Amino acid sequence: MSTLDIRGLQVSVETENGPIEILKGVDLTIKSGETHAIMGPNGSGKSTLAYSIAGHPKYKITGGVVTLDGEDILEMSVDQRAKAGLFLAMQYPVEVPGVSVSNFLRTAVTALRGEAPKLRTWVGEVKGAMEALSMDPSFAQRNVNEGFSGGEKKRHEIMQLELLKPKIAILDETDSGLDVDALRIVSEGVNRAKKDNNLGVLLITHYTRILRYIEPDFVHVFANGRIVEEGGPELAEKLEATGYAEYVTN
Amino acid sequence: MSVLTTNYLVPTGREEAWRFTPLKRLAGLHDGTAVVGQRKSLAPSHDFGPGVRFSHVGRELLAPLSQSDDVIVQRVRENALEVAHLEILPNSEIAEPLMFTRVQSGLDSAEFSRVRITLGAHSKATVIFENTGDSILAEDIEFDLAPGSHLTFVTLQEWESKTVFAASHRAFVDRDATFKSICVTVGGSLVRILPTVEFKGAGASVELLGVYFATAGQYFEHRMHVDHLVPNAKSRVNYKGALAGEKAHTVWIGDVFIRAAAEGTDTYELNRNLLLSDGARADSVPNLEIETGEIVGAGHASTTGRFDDEQLFYLMSRGIELDDARRLVVRGFFNEIVMEINDEKIQERIMNRIDGELAKVGS
Repeated sequence: MSTLDIRGLQVSVETENGPIEILKGVDLTIKSGETHAIMGPNGSGKSTLAYSIAGHPKYKITGGVVTLDGEDILEMSVDQRAKAGLFLAMQYPVEVPGVSVSNFLRTAVTALRGEAPKLRTWVGEVKGAMEALSMDPSFAQRNVNEGFSGGEKKRHEIMQLELLKPKIAILDETDSGLDVDALRIVSEGVNRAKKDNNLGVLLITHYTRILRYIEPDFVHVFANGRIVEEGGPELAEKLEATGYAEYVTN
Repeated sequence: MSVLTTNYLVPTGREEAWRFTPLKRLAGLHDGTAVVGQRKSLAPSHDFGPGVRFSHVGRELLAPLSQSDDVIVQRVRENALEVAHLEILPNSEIAEPLMFTRVQSGLDSAEFSRVRITLGAHSKATVIFENTGDSILAEDIEFDLAPGSHLTFVTLQEWESKTVFAASHRAFVDRDATFKSICVTVGGSLVRILPTVEFKGAGASVELLGVYFATAGQYFEHRMHVDHLVPNAKSRVNYKGALAGEKAHTVWIGDVFIRAAAEGTDTYELNRNLLLSDGARADSVPNLEIETGEIVGAGHASTTGRFDDEQLFYLMSRGIELDDARRLVVRGFFNEIVMEINDEKIQERIMNRIDGELAKVGS
């Protein structure tokens, strides 16, 4: 049982005109097995929340605390956060030229497990994860995210989610740019990780579409750098009907 | 000692070809003050099978294929009494790479080494030069590719730290022949290599590939010159370098000429540099001169940048430590070229050397 606890998180970014505050005090608690959807308009700070928790150097924490099972993750380097059990599925996964998916995954799993996986079982694990996401075996020999289609990038993210077995995963607009078939395949991957590893999920999305496949236990509306309304799945239904207009004007 | 027949023009540093080179560090290879040693360091690493001949022949038997205006090449031709001659006989396809090493090194005198590599018509071979140890060496290699021949030439500069190495690698590529050179420079104090291509027949194709990694105080210059004199020839140049440390300096010059007669030319040259610390300097100068518009394509690109923070963040967000993430990115950067060396042991050796250079940098 794990708990990601976010208390009063304030984050700013440096710009040419000085620092700009993006997150203005975010409170959120995610436990193993729970799925939290964060919904909100573009520019509300949803992605900033995701990247700040993962430790992207662009974001400066100016206030608040984030703990995973009581440990202060804001004090940790990016790789230590991953080792502590955090995972970020990125909206725009980064190309790493010349580094094959297979080499990348082996290096990552070795770092996370503290020892190199046994070759035979590992090859089987990767093969299984790829098949489950309807990915061609040749995928493993391609360079990380290089020349991947939008759908391939997202499948690759979810494949990592399944292989690396984090405790808490943040999915940053994993649904964006996916057609219906890809959305279903990717969602099934997330649901498998929830079931197999009792994963806690923070699902960031602009649209309610993905919530038909990954059912949230809690829905949080995010606007202007903070959570402005919280509720159950019914809140997503309401947003589907009314949009974000009432929150943006606040 | 023979009578000087050449009127040497000792470079001053103001000439275009010498404007980057620190002449004081050339150990006198350019101005005649180097002590001429008569060592013949180039030796085969193993026995060659049929279809291959290697011998040292008197220079009077093997005149240069063309004049050179490079003063160091001129001095090599003056000082080297013999030419190391490797011949691949016509129609011979040599499957195993032909490996050479430099067996005698030394810093007390300079070696002037002339080499000819001849490929008979429709022959095929891979030749690998492994340059190790410490030496002061001026090297003049001429490649003579007969029609329909195929040569891959790999030169590995894994020198120790005091080496001064100035080389001219000039390829004459006849009709439908292909020449691929892979130049790896990871060691030495000063390394200056001039890969040059002269097309002699239509339909020929060359690839000049290279990687280099310079750390504190090292000067590595790679200056190509590709001359499209004939129609329908193709050239590709791709050099990638990394630099780290105070006064690490690399120079890449890519001169490509498309003469009026060279219709149907297809050429592209690329140089990318990765600056891994402050205090290092990468000069990168692509230069394309075109005298005919009737070509398939001509282009060049040059980039110099630092570590991509987004790449490092992505890798680290999967649990990979910073040093390992940097190693992955640098290996990935060099991968496409190192993988062209058709020998896994050498690939791994080069990658390990690159890891070692990177480890010197620290985080």
